[in-house]
Amino acid sequence: MSTSCDAVSCSIKPAVHLHIGHAPSNAARSGVCVVDVHLPFGKPVNIERISFKNFYTASLSVRLLTKEPTSLCKWLTAIRDVSLMENPHCEDGAQDYCSLIREQMLVEPDHVVQIRLILRQPSATWTTFDLEEINIYTHTHQDSEEVSDWLSELTLVDQDPDHVQELPDSQSVSCSIQQMLALTEVMKNNQNSSSIGRYQVTHTHTHTHTHTRARVFNNVCMFQVNGCYDVNLLSL
Amino acid sequence: MDELSVSIAHIVQRLRGSSLHSQIERHAKECLHQPDIKLDSLKEDVRTFLKTTGWERKLQNAVYRELHVLQPPHHLSAPPEHLKEPLAYMRTAQACWERRVFKSLNSMSSELEVPLARMRPAAEQKDLTDKWNEMGTDESDLSRFRPVYAPKDFLEVLIGLRNPNHNSSDGVSAKSHWGLIQVPLNVRDIKQLRQTYAELSLTCGQLGIDDNAHIHPDLFENEYVQMGNKVVLEQNSAASQQYIRQGCPTELRAELWALTLNATNQPQDVMYYEQLKAGVIQHDLLVDNLVYKDVKLTASNDDYYFVFEDFLYQVLLCFSRDTTVLEHFKYNSATPPKSYIEGKVGDEQCAVFYPPNGVIPFHGFSMYVAPLCYLYNEPSKLYSVFREMYVRYFFRLHSISSSPSGIVSLCLQFEWLLQTHLPQLFYHLRQIGAQPLRIAFKWMVRAFSGYLSTDQLLLLWDRILGYDSLEVVAVLAAAVFAFRAENLMEVTSLASAEAVLADLSTLKVMPLIQIFLFATAV
Repeated sequence: MSTSCDAVSCSIKPAVHLHIGHAPSNAARSGVCVVDVHLPFGKPVNIERISFKNFYTASLSVRLLTKEPTSLCKWLTAIRDVSLMENPHCEDGAQDYCSLIREQMLVEPDHVVQIRLILRQPSATWTTFDLEEINIYTHTHQDSEEVSDWLSELTLVDQDPDHVQELPDSQSVSCSIQQMLALTEVMKNNQNSSSIGRYQVTHTHTHTHTHTRARVFNNVCMFQVNGCYDVNLLSL
Repeated sequence: MDELSVSIAHIVQRLRGSSLHSQIERHAKECLHQPDIKLDSLKEDVRTFLKTTGWERKLQNAVYRELHVLQPPHHLSAPPEHLKEPLAYMRTAQACWERRVFKSLNSMSSELEVPLARMRPAAEQKDLTDKWNEMGTDESDLSRFRPVYAPKDFLEVLIGLRNPNHNSSDGVSAKSHWGLIQVPLNVRDIKQLRQTYAELSLTCGQLGIDDNAHIHPDLFENEYVQMGNKVVLEQNSAASQQYIRQGCPTELRAELWALTLNATNQPQDVMYYEQLKAGVIQHDLLVDNLVYKDVKLTASNDDYYFVFEDFLYQVLLCFSRDTTVLEHFKYNSATPPKSYIEGKVGDEQCAVFYPPNGVIPFHGFSMYVAPLCYLYNEPSKLYSVFREMYVRYFFRLHSISSSPSGIVSLCLQFEWLLQTHLPQLFYHLRQIGAQPLRIAFKWMVRAFSGYLSTDQLLLLWDRILGYDSLEVVAVLAAAVFAFRAENLMEVTSLASAEAVLADLSTLKVMPLIQIFLFATAV
């Protein structure tokens, strides 16, 4: 069943680290902290997915405050101790992007008004731990058109701007390779300084980065621009 | 299942339009003339044809190759830099290091008044074409050029790596790390290594141990070589990779490595190499001088490799022009240097990478190629194998990343293995100011090339390919220290420790690794 997801605007409270002991200066770090996420007042949501970027949290539990139309609010445990870092003392998984989907949850995450994320990091190796870029996606009903899972994953790939689009027909390329080779031979025999390079630089913009790419064209690679490769300084 | 679909789609996209794809299509079309291909069972018959003529196997090998460099399916929100390196502080450190290197290259270019790249005049092009097979005889003045950096400069950067979120307030104790690398990456201990490297255990036959002259070949070697012949006949990359874990017979090594890496030498590969050569003839790059200098300083001075000087130029100069190498930057934490032609800074229409393959060679770089010269004498084949080894393994030895095969992990693993199993030795060396990594780093950065005798080095590289990991390099480094522990306990300075470990040319690597992994008490 394909569903479309929208990120819902929510208010994410700062993480509250639980302390053992009375005065803050004497407090021992307990390795537990709580992040509350409040959803818009009066508009309970049905959750499809919770996504976030980890920052040194070892394991995560998720509790949901639900309010069904005809009953009182109640807290439910949706996720119990999912491990985000295989080894809490080591960097593996410490800054990974993660998602928790509806199907993983112990209860149906519907009519949710508040989400409580309970973060645990038992290791004393780290100064702090948290979750960043928390986004809650709502569950909406399926589209009228049934798209198979495999095809929808293909669409995922097509959205990746790093992929080379429009690969050329191999027959025409092999013809042009032969022409170019013939040209190379001619050039070798008639020595002059004209160049045989081709304009082959393409540009992709990915997020805030500009990537310049020499185009790989069925194993024919040209690194020049209009046959020119006079370079003076690297840009820093 | 979703992850599998994404991976399949990625691999299909990678292989679509490749020369293998067009070859398979062409052969499939040609087979339609054959009488045993029936219209009502067309799909099955064509499939069977492709299987029996070996094309399916070639496709399998191509898919297997793609799996090696396939990145795990990534989270939708993850930006591209996260895929290159997930830890922010390592990305920052790599970017800083790169800036230093680029600045150094720019200064060299300005001081020496040599442009980074220029078109060669016609006469020079002809001259180089004539001299292509004997570039080593060129007596040009390289004294002005110096390597952009040496491994020891890179080591200082790795030593300075700090995770800002790492709580290192506790003082030095038995539990803390005594070594130079202070980032808490996950590295494996001997128990875990034993499971992974099970084929190296004391009960398994090994080339490098059980092919010794005084062991009768019927006990292991003959049967193992026969199996190797079968593997070569099968032409299956996955089988080959599994086989070479116990070593390659010398006569089969060239084929087995090429098969494992799926490094082909088809006409189109030869053609491609010729195009790269044309690129070398046409344009002169400043990095070419760095290559010449490096070869003269390292390989040419090495008893084992000086005869291959010309091959090294032919491979490394072409390597610098090869833009297909740029693809590996998707999974390399490094970023290729960028520039603009004709000084048109900021004009994206004039943007190029420099050098075209994005890799700036450093002191010792040519040693990645040198051992391969013993296996391949055809330049295009040698080139093909080297390029694949670089984009799978060697690039990790000189970029800052959290990868388990990355140099940072290897250094940390080396130090942990030593601290755990030879604590007295480690403590002693530390006390006398001879941190073990300062000695072992240069071995690991070159994957021991130039330090071991060639036959031993090739046995080590068999295992790198077989296990698809550089981890065995760190294990060997620790094993070498274990082997010379007695002598090292008696030294009183870094210089004398270096002297004890200066000559590794008599070492036999497989017994050392085997004893360290499987005979150390845990």
